[in-house]
Amino acid sequence: MVKENVLKWTFGTLAYTSLLALLAITIVLFQQGLPLFGRVNAWEFFTGIHWYPTHDEHPEYGILPIIIASLCTTAGAMLVCVPLGVGSALYLNEIATFRQRAFLKPVVELLASIPSIVFGFFGMVIVAPFLQKLLHIPVGLNLFTASLILGIMAIPTVCSLSEDALSFVPRSFREASYALGANRWQTLTQVVFPAAGSGISTAIILGMSRAIGETMTVLMVAGNAAIIPKSIFDPVRPMTSTIAAEMGEAVIGSTHYHALFAIGLILFVVTFVFNIAAEMISRRFRIKLGLGA
Amino acid sequence: MNRATFDQKIGFGLLYLSILLTLFFLGSVIYFIAARGAGIISWQFLTEAPRKAMTAGGVAPAIVGTFYLTIGAVLVAIIPGIACAIYLCEYSPKGVAMNLIRVSINNLAGVPSVVFGLFGLSVFCKYMGFGVSILAGALTLGLLILPGIISAAQEALIAVPQSLREASLALGATQWQTIRKIVLPAALPGILTGIILGVGRAAGETAPIMFTAATMYKRGYPTSVFSETMALPYHIYALMTEGTHPKAQTAIAFGCALILLVLVLLISAIAIYFRQKQRGASYGGR
Repeated sequence: MVKENVLKWTFGTLAYTSLLALLAITIVLFQQGLPLFGRVNAWEFFTGIHWYPTHDEHPEYGILPIIIASLCTTAGAMLVCVPLGVGSALYLNEIATFRQRAFLKPVVELLASIPSIVFGFFGMVIVAPFLQKLLHIPVGLNLFTASLILGIMAIPTVCSLSEDALSFVPRSFREASYALGANRWQTLTQVVFPAAGSGISTAIILGMSRAIGETMTVLMVAGNAAIIPKSIFDPVRPMTSTIAAEMGEAVIGSTHYHALFAIGLILFVVTFVFNIAAEMISRRFRIKLGLGA
Repeated sequence: MNRATFDQKIGFGLLYLSILLTLFFLGSVIYFIAARGAGIISWQFLTEAPRKAMTAGGVAPAIVGTFYLTIGAVLVAIIPGIACAIYLCEYSPKGVAMNLIRVSINNLAGVPSVVFGLFGLSVFCKYMGFGVSILAGALTLGLLILPGIISAAQEALIAVPQSLREASLALGATQWQTIRKIVLPAALPGILTGIILGVGRAAGETAPIMFTAATMYKRGYPTSVFSETMALPYHIYALMTEGTHPKAQTAIAFGCALILLVLVLLISAIAIYFRQKQRGASYGGR
């Protein structure tokens, strides 16, 4: 009996240690990010359009261009990964033969594990020069290329999760629709897709969360200029790559250092909200289809 | 042909197009890396240190560094991760608090990796004084893969039928005996899948190690956990952004990218194969 209790306590201690370590991430972000607002006006931080953190006399900490860059690259990535990811999921679920599906589903899951540095490298060396020549643009590393690569990168995540949602739709839904005389396309678009709709939205939100938090791809492909883009072929610098590019040189405790943590905090909060939204939608989805919470 | 059949033809055509484009895009990533990386890979490339300002020689220190960092991350995450899942599923009372913990763990799995890098820099490198080192990098990567390992293990434990536990307890086994002899063996494949996916993720991540462990160039192999190290993913980035011989450096970067790609795809393929087999088994059992 003593042994039982010792084990229970050991597991409990290890469990709470890991939970505390994870909680510490949240605490440190707030603790290192919030001091910024004692030094820089919050309004100026969020709406300022000049990001010159290393300027000797008049450093400026306006992150509006950086936030806009994150929003634009993420939105652009969604334009690529939502149609292709959801379309591929519908293909796998409806058209693919049993053997095609048994092969392609794991392949898509496998592709989701390709490291982001590989995509960034591919975008920088192959795609950017190709687009530069094809479209006669001055720089290949820009908002458009970054969105394209980010989008391609998020396709497997969106596809795999959407396909999971589609495969949860009970067979009886389809059979009822066929029995009413609907063909396969009508059944797919008017019965199966709406039934899986919230599961698919979860997949899209998680894809979005992945795109906005992705670092190496945008660091290498987006062009790294902290300006508000005027066209989709302008170079930009999103939040993640600002942190990655400048963290190495920021002096500890300086305003610049806290500003980078504040950007990290924004990223943390945004992805947290996305993930909570995905969790809530997916719970409603499971209840709706009678799968239990 | 009536309207409905026509719509179906168009619709299915679009779905064909999307899967073809998906496979084309992702296939071309792999094709270009493989086609242009294969030429440079040789025994020397895999076993020698870089020479002539990284324009010649091999990338062995980067391969070894990635190996150390990945092993370190798994050592950091594996025991707390599994213990946490066992405690949450087997010992602690179920309820709102548990649900909250589960949701937070899922959320932490989605936090951007660069944020983990910030945390590692300020806590492990500066506050604890480990500096830029394998230790700091392994701890950061370990934290990064911890939520994934916990949730995979939790899912695997939850999937073990309650009747198995009850049968064991009814035979007079203690709770620990039940966990060790009945629950863990049944959940093991699922737990392993989670760990292997974590290994693949740790090996390929760049952002968390770029300020905590990685250095662009180091002649020899790391000698202790406190030394900084080269690492494959960071080496690709460094080759593309620094140095003065873009042509020679790009060629070497292609080699690194191919090694990393093969490594990560192989590791993940093992995990996905395991998962596929489990799925098959559980469908068959229904």
